[in-house]
Amino acid sequence: MRAQDLLLGIFQALLSIAAAPLLLGWVNQCRAWLQNRRGAGVLQPYRVLRKLMHKDAVIAHNASPLFRASPYVQFGAMCLAAAIIPVVSVTAPLAAAADVIALVGLFALARVAIALAGMDIGTAFGSLGARREMMVGFLSEPALLMVFFTASLICGSTLLPVIAGTLAGRAPILYPSLAFAGVAFTMVLLAENARIPIDNPATHLELTMIHEAMALEYSARHMALVEWTSALKLMNFMAIGLALFVPWGLTAATAGPGGLVVGIAATALKLAVAGAGLALIETASAKLRIFRAPEFLATAFLFAVLGLLVHQLLGS
Amino acid sequence: MPLPNPLQAIFTLIVCWLALGGAGLLFPRNLAWVGRVLFPLGAAVAAAIAVCAWFALALPPATATLPVGLPGLPVHLRLDALSAFFLVLIGTASAGVSLYSAGYFRAGEGAAPGLMCLQYHVFLAAMAMLVLTDDAFSFMVAWETMSLASYFLVTTQHRVPEIRSAGFLYLLIASIGALALVLCFGVLQGGTWQFTFDAMRGATLSPVWASVAFALALFGFGAKAGLLPLHVWLPEAHPAAPSPVSALMSGVMLKTAVYGCLRITLDILHVPQWGWGVAVLALGALTGLFGAIFAAVQTDMKRLLAYSSIENIGLIFTGLGLTLLFRALGANTLAALALAGTLYHCINHAQFKSLLFLATGSVLHATGHRNLGRLGGLIHRMPWVAAFALLGTLAMAGLPPLNGFVSEWLLLQAYLFTPTLPPGMINMLVPLGAAAFALTVALAAYVLVKFYGVIFLGRPREATLDHAHDAGWLERCGLAWLGIACIALGLFPAPMLHALDRVNGLLLGSGLGADAATWWAVVPSSAQRAAYSPLAFFGGIALAVLAVFVLVRLIYHGRVRRGDPWNCGGLPQTARMQDTAEGFGQPIRRIFGPVFRIRRQTPSPFDAAPRYALELSDRFWDWIYDPVARAVKAVAARIGVLQRGSIALYLLYSFVTLLVLLAFVL
Repeated sequence: MRAQDLLLGIFQALLSIAAAPLLLGWVNQCRAWLQNRRGAGVLQPYRVLRKLMHKDAVIAHNASPLFRASPYVQFGAMCLAAAIIPVVSVTAPLAAAADVIALVGLFALARVAIALAGMDIGTAFGSLGARREMMVGFLSEPALLMVFFTASLICGSTLLPVIAGTLAGRAPILYPSLAFAGVAFTMVLLAENARIPIDNPATHLELTMIHEAMALEYSARHMALVEWTSALKLMNFMAIGLALFVPWGLTAATAGPGGLVVGIAATALKLAVAGAGLALIETASAKLRIFRAPEFLATAFLFAVLGLLVHQLLGS
Repeated sequence: MPLPNPLQAIFTLIVCWLALGGAGLLFPRNLAWVGRVLFPLGAAVAAAIAVCAWFALALPPATATLPVGLPGLPVHLRLDALSAFFLVLIGTASAGVSLYSAGYFRAGEGAAPGLMCLQYHVFLAAMAMLVLTDDAFSFMVAWETMSLASYFLVTTQHRVPEIRSAGFLYLLIASIGALALVLCFGVLQGGTWQFTFDAMRGATLSPVWASVAFALALFGFGAKAGLLPLHVWLPEAHPAAPSPVSALMSGVMLKTAVYGCLRITLDILHVPQWGWGVAVLALGALTGLFGAIFAAVQTDMKRLLAYSSIENIGLIFTGLGLTLLFRALGANTLAALALAGTLYHCINHAQFKSLLFLATGSVLHATGHRNLGRLGGLIHRMPWVAAFALLGTLAMAGLPPLNGFVSEWLLLQAYLFTPTLPPGMINMLVPLGAAAFALTVALAAYVLVKFYGVIFLGRPREATLDHAHDAGWLERCGLAWLGIACIALGLFPAPMLHALDRVNGLLLGSGLGADAATWWAVVPSSAQRAAYSPLAFFGGIALAVLAVFVLVRLIYHGRVRRGDPWNCGGLPQTARMQDTAEGFGQPIRRIFGPVFRIRRQTPSPFDAAPRYALELSDRFWDWIYDPVARAVKAVAARIGVLQRGSIALYLLYSFVTLLVLLAFVL
């Protein structure tokens, strides 16, 4: 491993971390436009974070150390994920640390951390949210794994940069198996990031909420970390989707600074389009009842398995 | 000076275990003698066995013959890589459990401690002997000793009727399984009437008879391991037994069944048929999913762990199925990958499941409750136990960088490498297996969040929990031993993987090679194809967490206030408003409704004292066990007619029998 690669990897991770609230702001802005509102501007998430960092942290009397450690663990896990996923370049020095299966494990680690924190205070909402989060998780995690399996069978590798590099190097043809996987992945992305058909990121105190219910007891710096984590998670999922399904434009290891600029521009463009698409999906669909969420996710799982079987059947 | 041969050393250590057990009878009621002296010594012996076996892994197979046994069939012993690996497993896990037990036993609980000490050490010695034996006779002796010793340990508190009936069920299924094994060895000797495993390796069986032997072995070992539909004893026996015994039974004894399966299918029968692999794979996948689903709806913490053991056994058997499948199709490197994953999961499960069962033991002692609905908030009262239980929980949920993830990663890699296989149908089957595997693993995380969250987090659901106290120092040492094993196996998988390659070499004739694991990464084929580096993974997270922590410290003013939890502006919140264990399992109950037999009693609007009751049970009782029990009763009633109580009549029966037999002779 060259020092240059390591620097590139760290730069890429920092870029993801810094840009994550921007992506969230852009999605919210697009949603506002689609709903005929003016919106708060793309920089609003940063303002929220700054505000939270200035407040006093209020922690419940019976909070355990686990409660205070959890936001750091979640954020740390997402940072590592950002270092693994190819965002602007297929060179990811930490890729050997974790392939796609370990990436799924990393997301699971973050999920368990927040679910345990949700149960720690012992309020009705917290444990309700934890229960629902784990329900969504246990259905979406295998679907995500199956999507990854399809891609890795096509490319003969489970390392995300290798997959992205291989697919980017091929002509842009439509793999039927990847099409199924793409649908499944979109559904998983919506569920995992607490987006509309499963959860509503814009409401608080609604009986159907999932993610916000677990985070209700957090305030100030902890809340800032939790919010940033969820923005970074969205960023990571978007980056995974781009790497798997539209990998073109990622720079190679040897491209130099010029290539890097091209890579950043391409990724920014793709993310902007994907963010707008996400806003469109969210605006056009209604939130499902919580009892319908398993059906939605089971459909995603079936699509993912179907993609895998189609690959085995057709060899493509 | 020549070093003692490991086989001799291990055999001597096993005899030491028996002697320690016997010493318990000297002062059977003296807790200090049994607890502070004998059990720590037993732990030392266990650790010594693990060390000897670890060195024996690298050595060629050693054999020995003891001058005892049947005429013409003395006891044969053999220490090869497979048995050495299982001795490492038995030694490491039981060292932790023994250390814990040293502080666990209390006066006035069930049988005399000295007697428990004897049964406990006989149980350990039988398991260790089991993997050393090299002939069918001594194998069965060790196997039955193991079953009986564990039966007595399960029924320690035999005055409780539920525990007696749980013990009966365990003994019944163990006996049926043992019967199948005896028949299996009968088939395996293949007409040579030689009962050493060596002779059986040489016997030639037609494919049909080989399949019969395989089916009998799967049935016999499946009954001990808890494969569907023979799993019913696990959720009954584990809660009945004292916690260290549950830990041993679940963590260690179930693995002896895996050992037996491997010994017979891959060693004695050499080359498996691919149909066997598919059968084991399907059975394992079903068992795994079933165990995970049922674990999610349990309200008793030990029953929950027992179902989770069923789930893990399912995962282990899917790995075994993959191994058999690949081996039958001649893909030996793949088979080695699957076998390494399987065995790795065996040793992982031995560590974290023992750890969690021991943690439930501490909770039980501190609170007197096994029901999750009466616990909660114990992280404040029992910080040490809570910390180790968190470690075990995360390991069992298969989260990186702990040990459970390594084996799951290896097995998933084995699934992914499949499409190079010749028959097309298998290429379709294996992804389905992978899907079931992924679903099971994801469900395990759900189960464990429930387990940990309801017991240790939140607020105490009962006022009595305020008096709960942490575990004693010996108990903590036992927990720490197993916890450290979980971390070590998770962060440094390379030594274990290299050791497992010896087993691969023995059973499959080929392995992953020395390059498959370096001290910092696991690379099963090439670095371009798949890699996982636990150390870099852990380092990455730790570095990120540290950096964020320091940054937040720099930016943030550091003011923290304590307050009441936010109650949404409503009434004051009580601990009863928290999610219960039933509530946490509710989504699973809803999603997998048809799997359960649900009896629900809902109150009507006019009830004076409204009551809601819900009972979930296992449909296998309806499908298999109840009909069989009814049939047995009906047949017994018919046969009972013969029993008239008159001696003259019985003499007449004997006379008629003799006449009939004479007719055959003449």
